[in-house]
Order: sequence, then structure tokens, then C-alpha cells
Amino acid sequence: MNAAQPLSQAHVEVDAPLLQVSGLTRLYGPDTGCQDVSFELYPGEVLGIVGESGSGKSTLLGLLSGRCPPDRGSVAYRDHHGQWLDLYSASEAERRTLLRTEWGFVEQHARDGLRMGVSAGANIGERLMAQGVRHYGRLREAGLEWLRQVEIDPARIDDVPSTFSGGMQQRLQIARNLVSGPRLVFMDEPTGGLDVSVQARLLDLLRGLVRELNLAVVIVTHDLAVARLLADRLMVMRRSRVVETGLTDQVLDDPQHAYTQLLVSSVLQP
Amino acid sequence: MTALHSQAPAGETGGEYAFAYLDEQTKRMIRRGLLKAVAIPGYQVPFGGREMPLPYGWGTGGMQVTAAILGGDDVLKVIDQGADDTTNAVSIRRFFSRTAGVATTTRTPEATVIQTRHRVPETPLSNDQILVFQVPIPEPLRFIEPAETETRTMHALRDYGIMHVKLYEDIATFGHIATAYAYPVTVDDRYVMDPSPIPKFDNPKLDMNPALMLFGAGREKRLYAVPPYTRVVSLDFEDHPFAVQRWTECCAVCGSRDSFLDELIVDDAGTKRFVCSDTDYCRQRQQETGQ
Repeated sequence: MNAAQPLSQAHVEVDAPLLQVSGLTRLYGPDTGCQDVSFELYPGEVLGIVGESGSGKSTLLGLLSGRCPPDRGSVAYRDHHGQWLDLYSASEAERRTLLRTEWGFVEQHARDGLRMGVSAGANIGERLMAQGVRHYGRLREAGLEWLRQVEIDPARIDDVPSTFSGGMQQRLQIARNLVSGPRLVFMDEPTGGLDVSVQARLLDLLRGLVRELNLAVVIVTHDLAVARLLADRLMVMRRSRVVETGLTDQVLDDPQHAYTQLLVSSVLQP
Repeated sequence: MTALHSQAPAGETGGEYAFAYLDEQTKRMIRRGLLKAVAIPGYQVPFGGREMPLPYGWGTGGMQVTAAILGGDDVLKVIDQGADDTTNAVSIRRFFSRTAGVATTTRTPEATVIQTRHRVPETPLSNDQILVFQVPIPEPLRFIEPAETETRTMHALRDYGIMHVKLYEDIATFGHIATAYAYPVTVDDRYVMDPSPIPKFDNPKLDMNPALMLFGAGREKRLYAVPPYTRVVSLDFEDHPFAVQRWTECCAVCGSRDSFLDELIVDDAGTKRFVCSDTDYCRQRQQETGQ
């Protein structure tokens, strides 16, 4: 899939995982939340987490992205220097730095991920400013460039996000996250609440960006079509546990677990 | 009230009010807060704000700080928008001359404590003077991040990128940094501070100032401070550096070209004149030129 990339670089990159998760558990009650989740994520890999409502997908995403501490288990991340960092024994300052430099988080509702009171340009520039860029011209350039990348008219750089359509807001949120050149992006139902044609366009854009920037992505969705289109690997969750994992096509075409079979067969065929 | 008029500590004389209105325990509590504020320049220290006999927004924070630091031999000056003769300045000055019996003055060099709203005096201050600011909103991050829990974490982690978002918006909207007052500063290379609503014209005066500067926010119950000779740097962009206001006119009364000028409409035809906002500075200059 990355035929354009030099092979040697790809090898070094793929050699070691980016994220190592072991025995991650956070329970709100018996079988509510998520428990005993272990996996490894490699650079450039897209991991889809699917499952019904209440199966623990979003809890897992929160645990992975440092938003809520787990009851048990650990998340380790290998930064761009190759150093392993244990997410929950690191200081809050380190976690925050990670979240706004090497990581991104695309919220389900763009309003949660954007600053609605300031212009699109300021939204895109915020991460750069947090990293110490103090040059207006360069911030401006980055803003225009990223609006172009996510197919928003650059002339709208000074408009506030509330004047944008839902799809545009979601794309702006993606731009705002990608501007810092992250290596790992978490997405919580990025296409939820968008109409089908907008969804298709957004997915197309996401797929392009993920391949182009060699992003590792953890994407939570209940839409199997989204998972099929974006994810390399799937984890199926039910009642707080991972019931099946595997390559996307393998899981969707030859589901082994009874629940996965149910999930796959329940998709409406037009 | 006349019984109080010329007296030193009321505790000794059995007057109706304690010296400088607040009771000794309250003043001690505020002084403890101030010590902490001076020890951590720019850090907002919470304190148990008291009800003062005037409404919030009229200088209750500044008055509590003044009351806490005032001694019997202090000389107090109070300014409001630079002027000694505005309602707020006159009533606060009279309040302390009644409840503390301290001497008052309008002359900047003679004062030991200067309570101010909106201005830093034009006359350079010395290291035996204290400047007390009345602060309406102590939190510089609030306009971008409304959650107090979040802004405190941001201060703790020195996570200040967001301040530049506000300046960015200014440039994007107006082509230059249009924030003209309450212009955010970094104190001692650590905390970002709102220097209270002084014009940004006064920001450079905070830097390495020999006087102790104390800030009191009555409604929000916060104290902060800039100790003498502390670095205070106004935030800016490399390609849009910090700059203060300049006027093409000079003061119509004293002819000053380097003071902060107020624009006055003097007749129904809309004729404008510019005069110094610092009345004491203007008077000093008039006397000098008159001699």
C-alpha cells in the first residue's frame, strides 16, 4: 500500500510498534466499560474498533488517549526519538505535550474538538502556537495550506467554524489535528451525524491523508462500511471485552465469533 | 465619623472601626496572601475577600489590599483613569483618610502607597513606593478558555499557546494586534498575567519597575503581584512586535508628547482636544514650564 515510499525507511518504521497496550481495564460496573484489552499498533496502521453501543469502544479510546486513567493495565507509546513512554506514569505535562504534538484526537462532534469562538485559521494555528511558533506569517501559511488539504476554500480562513457546515467543521477539526504532523490519531466516530454523501467525501479524504502521511489511526465506529474502507485491522468489542480481532477483510468476510457474525449479517444491503 | 477622623489605630482608641476599616485578622490573612503573591510573581493567590462598603467593580479588591498594607505614617494617593479628582478616586481617598487617618496626597513622588485604576503614573516610581491595582478580571486566559479548572491547569503546566490565539485573531481581524488594554504579559519568564485594564501604553512601565506592584481582584477574590525589578514582557508575534499607542497631537494643557492622552470633545461642534490622563503629571509639567 505504501509502494511510493522507500523500502528501507518503511522497514525501520514498521520494525517496532508505536503503541503497546496490555491488560487495559476500566470498569464502571460488571462488564460495563472495557477490560483486558491488549494489542500493539504499528506505524502507519489503521485499527478499527467496532461494536454495539455500550460495548466499551469510547471508554477504550479514552483510556488509550490519556483522557481517563485505567483501573489496571498500561499503555506505552514510542515517541519519535524511539523512547518508550508509559502514558499513565508520565506527568500530566508530558501527556499534554504528547496530545498536542505527536497525537491527534478527532471528536465525534466537531464542536467538542474546535474552538467555536475563533476563526478557522486560529483553530488550525493553535497547536503550532502551543509548540512555540511565534510568527504570524508562518501560522497564516500553515492555515491556508491545511484548509486546501482538507478541501475547504482558503478564502474562509477568517470565518468562525459556526458558519461552516457539519462536514466542513469535521474537516476543519481534522486539519487542526494534523497540522502538528502527528504520528498517531484517535478518531471517535468521525463520520457520525453526517449525511451519506458528505460521509463518503470525508472518508475519501481521510483515507488519502492517512496513506499520504503514514498515520497510525485508532478509529472507533459502529459503521462497518467505514471500518471496511479505512481500517487495516479490526477489533470487535462486546460487553466490555474484545471478542474478535484480525485483518479487516478476514473479520468481515469470515467472522468467527457469534456476535461478529450477527453484526456482519445485520448490515442492510441496499 | 469625626471621632475617627484624626486617629491612628482604632484598636488603641476604642473607635467604631478598626484601623483602615478591616479587622486585624482579615488584614493578616490578606498580607499572608500578598507574601505568597510576591514570592511567586504573577501567580494568582486566592484570598477570602470581604464585603466592602462599595459595589464590586468599584475597587473593592484594591481597597482590601490597600487596607492590609497601610500603616499610620503612609501617604496615600488614589487615581482613577490617571486622575485624582474623579468620583471613585475622591471617595476611596476620603474613605482611608477617615478610617485610617492617613495623610493623602495627589502628588506621585510624595505618596508611599498609590491605589490605581486603569493607569500607572507617568512620573517614574521609586523603590519605596507601592502601587496597588484594582483588578476586574484576574484571569488572562478566560476569554479563550472559560473553565477555571482548565485555566489553572494551564498555568500550572505553563501551557500558554492559547494566549497567542487571541492575538492571532486580532491580527486576522484588524491587521494588527488591536488589544489596547489588559494586554497580557509574561512575568519573570513564568506566569502569564493580566496587568488589569491599564492601557498597553503602560505595559513597558511594569518591566523592571523599582516599585512593588500589588493586584487585588475583589469580586474574584484573587491577589497577585509583580515584585520590584521583575521582568515583565508583553506577548507578541515575531512579525507583529508589541508596540504602544502614539499620538500625533501633544497635550493641550502642558504640551507633553510622551504621556497617555485622553481625547476630549470640548464643544457642540465636535472640536477635539487631547490632554494628559495623568492629572498630577500634567500639573507638575505646568508648574515647571510656568517657573
